[in-house]
Parts: sequence; structure tokens; C-alpha cells
Amino acid sequence: MYEKDGEKYFVVDSHMHYWNAAPDNWVPGAEQYAKGWIECFHAYQGLGPPETHWSIEHFEKYSEDDLMKDVFEDGHVDVAVFQPTYLKEWYKEGFNTTERNALMGEKHPGKFVYNTRFDPRDGDAGLEELKRNVERFGSKGVKLYTAEWNAGSRGYKLTDPAAYRFLEAAQDLGIKNIHVHKGPTIWPLDKDAFDVSDVDHAATDFPGLNFIVEHVGLPRIEDFCFMATQEPNVYAGLAVVIGGLMHARPRFFAKVMGELLFWVGEDKMTFGSDYAIWEPKWQVEGFVDWEMPETEEFSDYPRLGTAGKKKILGLNAAKLYGIEVPAECQLPAGAPASREDAELVD
Amino acid sequence: MTSTAASTTPLLAALDTVRDPELDEPITSLGFVAACTVSPGGDAEVRLRLPTYFCAPNFAYLMVADAYDAVTAVPGVRTARVLLEDHFAADAINGGVAAQAGFAQSFDGEAVGELHDLRRDFLRKAVLAGTDQVCRALQADGADQERLRTLTLGEVPPSAALERLRQRRAELGLPAGDDALLLVDPATGAPVGADAVPVHLRRARVTAISLAANGSICRGMLRHRYDIPGEEYE
Repeated sequence: MYEKDGEKYFVVDSHMHYWNAAPDNWVPGAEQYAKGWIECFHAYQGLGPPETHWSIEHFEKYSEDDLMKDVFEDGHVDVAVFQPTYLKEWYKEGFNTTERNALMGEKHPGKFVYNTRFDPRDGDAGLEELKRNVERFGSKGVKLYTAEWNAGSRGYKLTDPAAYRFLEAAQDLGIKNIHVHKGPTIWPLDKDAFDVSDVDHAATDFPGLNFIVEHVGLPRIEDFCFMATQEPNVYAGLAVVIGGLMHARPRFFAKVMGELLFWVGEDKMTFGSDYAIWEPKWQVEGFVDWEMPETEEFSDYPRLGTAGKKKILGLNAAKLYGIEVPAECQLPAGAPASREDAELVD
Repeated sequence: MTSTAASTTPLLAALDTVRDPELDEPITSLGFVAACTVSPGGDAEVRLRLPTYFCAPNFAYLMVADAYDAVTAVPGVRTARVLLEDHFAADAINGGVAAQAGFAQSFDGEAVGELHDLRRDFLRKAVLAGTDQVCRALQADGADQERLRTLTLGEVPPSAALERLRQRRAELGLPAGDDALLLVDPATGAPVGADAVPVHLRRARVTAISLAANGSICRGMLRHRYDIPGEEYE
């Protein structure tokens, strides 16, 4: 919980990781990809405040104690949602798998939500694995990384028939939340790999699932906004928006927030630190202090008040995941009704 | 960036015309030109770098291919080599461009066609973003939405933003002359109906902000990657 000026904020970090990207985990022959991937992540960290930058060695492999301190002790987070990213073509044990996350999380009951993942190219074996993971870890969400390499394939789209088969199976298993991360190398390469139109189709065809588009579809914010405004079950995951822009580019941050508040609305935006790319502490504190600039350039954007910040920092994600929120952190009864209430869809 | 003096000026001027299709900015001002040299005999070599190892290979290919074409067209250049550095697909891209193989052939099996449609999609975004730039200035001077809807390009006071918008529209084959309306559908060139103007302008604005935000993130990451002394944060 974070408290400022008498207001109490329940913080759900809805997008974070516990990875091992050190050379001991690199797949022989794929070292350049494993190295390139983590260096790319590390460059993102460079967009945060200088005093929060890590050495590349620390960034490649941090300890459980580091995570607990950075996220919970210093970072104000109440509950964190592990989002796995496998990348087993490049990392021997995976970059951060559901198992790795859960092994750590089980030592800290109540602190973590374990999302799992699937890859539609894995066929029947993949369906079995999904089922096992949901049963074993109680997953209510999956993280999909559509640009992941898999046996010669450079990615997939959510609209592929195989992906629909997995989405149906996930829904039957009780999965509610689909976190989608768009990446750059999806097949075929002559199309725009960041295009979010497949999320649009899937969201229409699976109204019982919530689709949280991570980093708000960056670098296609405009397409994401236009799509999200038409789909009631599409959410904006703010990982990268806060971490990548709030400190480094405050004016762009205000504009992007203004657009998201206009097109998507404060009821459908969720905070994620993207730890360990960025530590949550400065993001939570900075976001609570943030105000839309009062100059003409920003005059017709919606304003974000304390209630909206509470929703974005934790209450929206708590609803998506059925996380209990202490009474002192809830919005007062009789607060203005939200435009479209975020909730677990049943 | 390293370059040999004097004789590279025309080369750099040629590279100024090469844009990152996604960001709609010259690769020179983005800092993507790492080195640029030309020998007394006219052998030119350009080295390009990008913000990450995994930047989208299709856009990377377009930049390398466009740079090759631009440099080759410079008077006095006998041979041109354009090399993308530190990128997972550098070999395929550099080899493909040098061999004039085309994108689909350079990424055999991974691409089903060439990149023309992709380029057009992003030109449309550039047109929308440029429309926002021009309209904002007009609105600051008091033009309302109905006025914007009926305004022709010839009636808009000259500016760099207007010139750029006209160029992008012309590249797309959209009307770009003095009689053409300022507000047109970037896919069809059709006028924008009165009811659709508010959403059209909103969409133009979010597109402009998206392009600019992406550009700022790319610059930040490039600086981090190559340890380039930073401009101040804005």
C-alpha cells in the first residue's frame, strides 16, 4: 500500500517478471539472441531515473531477495502478477517460466498471482501443458507473446485457427484475462508485426475474456486506442508508458495519458511496473504525484483525479483478478459511477 | 557519427531524404547513420545502426534499401555499400540489399511479398499526423471544425508542416494541389463528412502523438545503446 496526503492506494503490479537472462542460461548457438534480448530490455531501463539504473550483470540475474525488496518492501506493491515469458529458443530454462515464478512465489503466500502462457504452435502437447499449469498454479490469466520464435516460426496472430483453439480451451479452464504483448518479428515479415487488429477480432469473438494489451500497443498506440474504444473487454496495460515516458519524456507522457483517458478511460487502464525493467517505487510515487499540465496544449484532455489513480494503480486489476482490497483502500461508496465498470466477466 | 570531411556532404544530403517509415523522420536526424565515407575513387560506404538488436526487420530493410538507392544516385559515387550493424537480421538485410534481391527473396520463406503495402500503411499514418500538425496551428488561430472541413490546401497559410503534408499526400497519390481539401480520408482521398470531423481530428492527433512518442523512445534507447551524450529531457 502507498499512502500520500492521507489517501491510501492499494497497488497491484499487474505486469512484472522474475527472469534469469545470465549467460549460464543461454542456449548454445543462440547466444547472440539471448544477449540481444536482455540488452534491449536494459536499454529500456535507461529511460528511468539514473539513480534506478542497474549494471547489466545485475540486470541479467537478480535474486529473490532483490525482487522482494524492490517490489514489496520499497516499491509499495501489495500484490504482483507474474507474467511469464518463455523464449526457450534462446534461454535454456526459459526467460521466466510459470514454474520459476511459482517456485519463488510459494515462499510468500498472498503476494503473487501466477499467470501462465500458451503457444498455439505447440498443438496438443501445449494444450495439456496449459491445463496442467492452470490446475497447478491456479492461473486466471495468460501472457501471450506473439513474436516468440518457435521451431522456425517467427510468431503468430491471435486470429490463427490454432490460437482460437487455445483461447477456447483457456476459457473452459477458467482463464479470464489474456495479456497480449506484441513484438517485432511476427510472420510474415512483410506485414506490420505490431498490428493489433488480431486482438480486435479475438476480443469480439471472445466476449467472455478480457484482453489486456500490454504497453498499450506501443508502438501502435493510435491503432490500439481506436480499437479499445470499440471493444468493451479490451484494457490498456500501462507497462512501458509510465516506466518509459513519465521520467524521460514528461510532456509525451501527459499526452499519451490524455489520449488513453479519452479513448480508453480510467476504468480500463492498469498499472504494471515491468519489473525488473523498472523498479515500481519511483513509478508509483511519481504517478500519484502526477497532474495533467494546465497549459492550452492539454486543455481538452480528461483529468485524472485521486479516484482514477487508485483505480489504475490497483483497483482495476484487483477486479480483473478477484483480489480482495482492504476497506480503507476502496473508493468511498457513492463515488461517481464509472463509465463502464471493470469486473471479472462471467 | 564519423565521416570524412567535405566530400561526404552530398552523401549526407542524400541520406537526409531517407526516412524511418515508422517514425516518418530522416535517418540522419534520428542518429541512425553511424558512419559515412567515400573514397577519392567514388566508393561510398554507409553504416547504419538502430535503437535495438530486435528492431522490426521489415522497416530496417526499407531504410537500408532506401539508403542504398539514395547514395547510389549521388553524382560521382561509383559503388555503394550500406551496412546495417548490430541487428539480428543484419546479414539477410545487408546481403539482400547488396544483391538487389528484394525483401521477399532476402527473407526467403519468412515474407510472402514485398513491402509496398506496409510503406503505404505508414505513409497514411504520416498523412494523419501531418494533418494534426497543420490543423492545430489553424485552430490556435481561431478556425473551427467546420472551417477546417471546407478549407483547401491553397487557403492554408504556407508552413513547413503544410509542405510536408503535401509531399506525403502526393507520395500516396492523394490530391495535394491548391484546390484539394485539407481534410481527406487518408485511405481513399474522399472528403470528411461534417459528422466525422471530430473523430477524424482526434484520430489525427493520437496518430501524431504516437509517432512522436515512439520517436522519443527510439532516441532514448539509441543513446543508451551507443552511449551517445544526451540532449536534455524535454
